[in-house]
Amino acid sequence: MFRSLLFVPGNNPSMLQNADIFAADAIIFDLEDSVDITEKDNARQLVKHYLDDAVNHPSFIVVRVNPVDTEWFASDIELIQTNKVDFILLPKADVDSLNVLEEKLNDLENKYQLNPIKVLALTETTKSIIEVYKIAKHCRVEGILLGAEDLASELEIDRTNQGSEISFARSRVIFASTACQIIPIDTPNTNIEDEQNLLEDCLIAKSMGMKAKTAIHPSQLEIINKIFSPSQKEINWAKGVLKEQEKNIGKGAFSYQGKMIDKPLITKANNILKKASQYNIKR
Amino acid sequence: MINGVNRFVPDGMPAFVSSDAFKNKKRKLIAKKQKQSKTVFLNTIDSTFDLFDIHDGQCLSFHHHLRNGDEVIQKVCEVIANRNIKDLHFAPSSIFPSYTNMVDLIMNQNITRIHTNYLNGKVSKVISEGYLKNPLIMNTHGGRARSIESGELKIDVAFLACPVVDKNGNGTGSFGPTACGTLGYAISDLKYATKVVLVTDTIVDNLDEFQFDGAYVDAVVVVDSIGNSEGIVSGTTRLTRDPIGLKIAKDCANAINALGLIHEKFSMQTGAGKISLAVVKYIRDIMLETKITGDFGSGGITSSYVEMLNEGLFKELYDVQCFDLEAVKSYHDNLNHRAMSASEYGNPYENNPICDNLTFVILGATEVDLDFNVNVTTDSLGNIIGGSGGHADIAHGAEVTIIISPLFKSRIPIIKEKVTTVTTPGSDVDLLVTERGIAVNPNRIDLKERLKNSGLPIFEIRELYDIAHQITGVPRKIELSDEIIGYVEYRDGTIIDCLYKVKS
Repeated sequence: MFRSLLFVPGNNPSMLQNADIFAADAIIFDLEDSVDITEKDNARQLVKHYLDDAVNHPSFIVVRVNPVDTEWFASDIELIQTNKVDFILLPKADVDSLNVLEEKLNDLENKYQLNPIKVLALTETTKSIIEVYKIAKHCRVEGILLGAEDLASELEIDRTNQGSEISFARSRVIFASTACQIIPIDTPNTNIEDEQNLLEDCLIAKSMGMKAKTAIHPSQLEIINKIFSPSQKEINWAKGVLKEQEKNIGKGAFSYQGKMIDKPLITKANNILKKASQYNIKR
Repeated sequence: MINGVNRFVPDGMPAFVSSDAFKNKKRKLIAKKQKQSKTVFLNTIDSTFDLFDIHDGQCLSFHHHLRNGDEVIQKVCEVIANRNIKDLHFAPSSIFPSYTNMVDLIMNQNITRIHTNYLNGKVSKVISEGYLKNPLIMNTHGGRARSIESGELKIDVAFLACPVVDKNGNGTGSFGPTACGTLGYAISDLKYATKVVLVTDTIVDNLDEFQFDGAYVDAVVVVDSIGNSEGIVSGTTRLTRDPIGLKIAKDCANAINALGLIHEKFSMQTGAGKISLAVVKYIRDIMLETKITGDFGSGGITSSYVEMLNEGLFKELYDVQCFDLEAVKSYHDNLNHRAMSASEYGNPYENNPICDNLTFVILGATEVDLDFNVNVTTDSLGNIIGGSGGHADIAHGAEVTIIISPLFKSRIPIIKEKVTTVTTPGSDVDLLVTERGIAVNPNRIDLKERLKNSGLPIFEIRELYDIAHQITGVPRKIELSDEIIGYVEYRDGTIIDCLYKVKS
């Protein structure tokens, strides 16, 4: 579905105007944390005008609303009068808040004859990490984004470059998402000046099973897209496996490069090539 | 009459034909100055006016190497005001916002003619409003050198700021309290002005290395200060964080790479803007990754180029002016950081000028039109906000000329049906790189072919024009007055466009 999602503050007209030119697979128009409380109405208005008037749009549009228990949520969700929004990103998501959102979305879909709106759940509290499987099973939820900064704040711990303090939370999000066949999305890297740290952070997240990562600056997208795309080595392996499979029709298992290949690895090979094709990776 | 870029030129003025037309003419050289007497050392600028009998109607020239930190032109203007000398012709290589004393002299008709390569600030405002008595002539850096050596621009007295001068009248900019590095724009003035005055705040016994040869110097004036060295910093030394700028820079570097322009022996020049700086960074990354080293970098030199020289990514730098203090230091310390004169840089009649050896150049634009003509002289209202500098010189000389710019600035699209003022002819512009796509000049089929499978967003320039208008709407057409207040002179001395008085 996507490898990279870029946060764009809803009150930044220049970034809104240019949202479609960045290399993000999805743009998250943010009405929450990157927007000061004095700017909430302004941001909502600007995003509304963007949705109404912009000529060019990114591949996927996500709107991060304010949490359901805030005074801004009701107005934020009223933006959903158009099919241009693909996903709502719900902050401080848990099962209860998802149910509140579900009810609102049902009303809006009926009222404005909209296609079903999908939801990305932002799990950023200890409670949501504990009940992440229930969140993942929710009918609206198509992806789970780990929010490590709020989580670290609640836990009263410091974030580190290595990220070992969020390993448990990452694993919970990855396992729950994978079990429910939705996409696990990694927390953004806030060191926007440190490309090496971003690279290492992406490699760790990918090795654990994350399938995408959020960015807070467009300059992070190139590295994120590179890491979360199939590598040349993976593509070569996948092509080799499928070629070998053609030679071994009717066999449940066969050998490739000295290793046994059976159904799960053939599925993996197909997925790699599907992803390479989806992201237009020509190698 | 209508010239070679379809612009009106009054009858009797030499009209631009094409950027190659200079090849049909021969180089014209007046005799270099022959000094008759020993160099005189003086304590005041005022005394030079008596010594050289500076009077009404004469031409005085200056260089702009101290840029916004220059105090010499200000001090000369004070003397002119005190003596109320009239009808002077000023020929500074550029005019910066700090040259405020020129304003009153223009208004009082002490200065009635100006030749320059670039101007902004209050001086450009009063000229745009029509207060200069005779038409302003804006030529290029290479064109200025050509016009001086040919005698077209005859300089009576050159007042040249010089950071350090020795007792023989030799001068350098490479050190001293107001060190500004190379003094390349002043070399023609030095060699061809009738009288040459070096203005300095630092005298030493003897210079082993110097760029100003005392053999051409008639007088040296020692003052308390010729300026502020920090004022020489041009553009920026910090990489942009602006996402749009970074996108343009990245696409530009990728296009250059896809065109195969980064190879052993390549050479390049860029401006000192934030986006240019980011392009240099990305090109450096490509060079490090591919282990390719180039031949030389040139131009106004910034710390980015100094870093690449020190890393061995370039063998040499050719520097006509140092854009920051790191470049000044490098020019002083590193023998491979070489000075060049404006003539060696961009004079069309120079034997093999540096600009003709450039593999690619990356330049900015205020406006670009559907014929790829570029305006860096005026804004869309006709106000003078800059000038060619070396723009037209290197655009012509380089193998590939690339213009980088956001597709719109403050909601105003930069691509126009016709630019307000032509500075550089479209025939010398090959690529326009914007955040929403790259346009290739249809004359460069070879480049279009090489970019075909690059994965970069390639458009016709009209498609980019339409995209911009879809987003911003179509701007209202600005009507300029028909009163000519100046001429944009191409490097060969022909008129490529006229400057018109702005409507109040």
